[in-house]
Amino acid sequence: MTEAEQAESGAVTAPAVELHAVHKSFTARRGTVVALADVDLTIERGEFVSLIGPSGCGKSTLLRVIADLLQPSGGEVQVNGKPARRARLDQDYGIAFQQAGLLDWRTVQANIELPLELHGVDRAERHARAEELIELVGLTEFARHRPPQLSGGMQQRVAIARALAESPALLLMDEPFGALDEMTRERMQNELVRIAGETGAAVVFVTHSIPEAVFLSDRVVVMSARPGRIVNVVPIGLGARTDDTREAPGFYAAITQVREALRGLPVPQTVEVGVSVENALRNSAEGAL
Amino acid sequence: MRVRTGRWAGRAVLVAIALAALGAIWEVYKDWGPTDGVKLFGERILPRTTAAAMPHLADIWHAFGKPEIGGAISFGSTNTVLDSVVDAGVHTLRWAAVGFAIGVVVGMLLALLMNRLAVFERALMPYVVLSQTVPLIALAPLVAKWGQGWSFWDRWMSVSVIAAYLAFFPVAVGMARGLSSPSAVHADYFRCSAAGWWQTLVRLKLPSSVPFLIPSLRLAAAGAVVGTIVAEISTGLPDGVGKLILDYSQQATGDPSRLYAAVIGAAVLGLAAAAAVTVVDLALWRYHRGATSR
Amino acid sequence: MNLRRVGVTLLPPIVFGVLFVGGWQAFVRLEDVRTFVLPAPSDIWHSVTEAHSRIVTAAGHSGLNALVGLLTGVILGVALAALAARLPILGGAVTPVVAALAAMPIVALAPLLNNMYSPLSTLPRREVVALSAFVPVFFNVLRGLSQLAPVHRELMQSYAASQTAVLRVIRIPNALPHFFTGLRIASSLAVIAAVVSEYFGGLQDGLGSRITSSVGASDYPGAWASVLGSVVLGLVFYIAAVLLERLVLGSRATSPV
Repeated sequence: MTEAEQAESGAVTAPAVELHAVHKSFTARRGTVVALADVDLTIERGEFVSLIGPSGCGKSTLLRVIADLLQPSGGEVQVNGKPARRARLDQDYGIAFQQAGLLDWRTVQANIELPLELHGVDRAERHARAEELIELVGLTEFARHRPPQLSGGMQQRVAIARALAESPALLLMDEPFGALDEMTRERMQNELVRIAGETGAAVVFVTHSIPEAVFLSDRVVVMSARPGRIVNVVPIGLGARTDDTREAPGFYAAITQVREALRGLPVPQTVEVGVSVENALRNSAEGAL
Repeated sequence: MRVRTGRWAGRAVLVAIALAALGAIWEVYKDWGPTDGVKLFGERILPRTTAAAMPHLADIWHAFGKPEIGGAISFGSTNTVLDSVVDAGVHTLRWAAVGFAIGVVVGMLLALLMNRLAVFERALMPYVVLSQTVPLIALAPLVAKWGQGWSFWDRWMSVSVIAAYLAFFPVAVGMARGLSSPSAVHADYFRCSAAGWWQTLVRLKLPSSVPFLIPSLRLAAAGAVVGTIVAEISTGLPDGVGKLILDYSQQATGDPSRLYAAVIGAAVLGLAAAAAVTVVDLALWRYHRGATSR
Repeated sequence: MNLRRVGVTLLPPIVFGVLFVGGWQAFVRLEDVRTFVLPAPSDIWHSVTEAHSRIVTAAGHSGLNALVGLLTGVILGVALAALAARLPILGGAVTPVVAALAAMPIVALAPLLNNMYSPLSTLPRREVVALSAFVPVFFNVLRGLSQLAPVHRELMQSYAASQTAVLRVIRIPNALPHFFTGLRIASSLAVIAAVVSEYFGGLQDGLGSRITSSVGASDYPGAWASVLGSVVLGLVFYIAAVLLERLVLGSRATSPV
């Protein structure tokens, strides 16, 4: 193996996201605001991780640092074994926001094709991929519609399909279901679990909702505000999820766990992270047994 | 604060550079361009550069200090072009202010009427829009004849009527939009509090229409000045900037710099009118929505 | 649109219009208003049918001035707005100057331009029109090009898209409705500027000149007939702009009518 090939294979087996001592501060009118302090987190390939915490805890900031939409003030960010900037230029991730952010003058199909079009994929291939994705998100009948004709939930599905267009190994989602009603939201959660499973992509999912985080995730990362830090990481092991999962005792137990982690705020920092990582390791070991 | 003044200073420098660049283009073309202008397909597309067609900027500047030619225009004790321009400007501004006041009152009343009764909005709005889509200002020479039957009517009143016509429209449209701008939440709250139409108007609709009204007033002020000048010219009303422009343009073949001085005077009037609205705007800062002052 | 909707939208303005013209006719006839104050609609109509061909010729001259000036102003407005959006420094320098221009009486430039070119040229008039039309187009296009929703900015950043791609994919389609708003305003201003600039001297071949000469000859219904001609000309320009907007934008069109 040449060095380049080693690096290549290294990239394939590298974690989806690796954060080391990430720090982010903003200069505001009255001094400096620390948005993120000493964040360490590793997200494995194919893993579903939710970031949860009170408003202003920096979870959205963290997502944008991973996406290289914001530069960290300190620390190291690796995505797919590369620096975040390289990963963004290589289109290693797809992203969806709370607002669908569709272009109103394009059809559903053309919206999904947008990233492919921008990156020079030829027309036939674009069409084929878009059709595949439209089917994946269940909008086949609406391919020719324009976004204003769709409901909020449908628009979010288009945004998710668009984020998946280039088969990224990592999907970044910033409260994508935040503006949807509860029924639609649960249906979208079911779909997202299925889609994440089918595509094998790792997901970083920012949310305010404890049940949502628990239902979707392999691990829930609990953050605190001012400054934004990770205070706890709660592993969730719900296995295959169906609508019944939402009524299973394990679901409620996990919700309670996350809620207590959130309620325990603020807590002495250094100790908690260490403990929670140990807990996570022990729990996952128990799970294996 | 320091950041803001710095940004304003930066902007001012940029504008100064832009104006200096325009001035430089003028001077360079004047000195280096062909005397008879540039023609394309027999049509002159760039102006002549003779002193009669394009005076030097310095000459225009000096024109303000030149003595007024006696006889052509009699302004009593005034003696320089600057005095004439200032004097004419004061007259024009006074007529424009009357027109502006009438226009604002009429525009607001129309907006209130349309807000009160939907049928008025449907009946009147197309005409309000129509009134500005078509050159009704072409009526100016005819409006001058109005009021000739009334003893109290003075000629300048016709001019103010035309100024009011150009001023009322932005106010009517802006105010109508502003009055219907409060969100459903606010409207519901006032209904729940059993507030009457008048209370809702004074405490909710009027305050929320301020951000819409201010840019309308600025347009109305500029419109009133334009309307006054056009009306002065088409009705032949003496003493104002419009008539001054017309008089100087007749002498322009000999000395164009006076004409430029008068046109600059007209431009300054427009700016002064718009700036006056900005003062009102600053006084009403409380009603701006959030930080977005439009 | 069903018949009921048509009735609800069209009936009030039609009723108002008929009442207005009817009231005007009755007022003039019953009060015996003299024609130099206000001619009756029937007198104006009579004058229109009489001088019909001369009004159309004059409208042709004014209309051509308005059209040429409008096109020039629109092209200038779009070009300068695009430059200002692309180069913020240029934008910072130019925008306040254009804002000042908007507050100035542009038609007052007509005698000045007549002097610079030649009083017998149509060009000064067309330049006044172009300048009047330029202002709303510049501001609307600049606003459209500068608006970029945060979600779209982040999305394009995540695609590592170039500024040119952002311009092509988002900014230009976003600016289109704004452009047509500017065009609609400009199309009205163009006709107004074309007619009014004739009051400031120069060639005497358009509607504005007809109005002043009719007033001079005490032919008041004739002057009103030319005013009616310029109203129709203004409507033609406005409706053309609205139709173009409909054609290009389809359901995204924001215009009334």
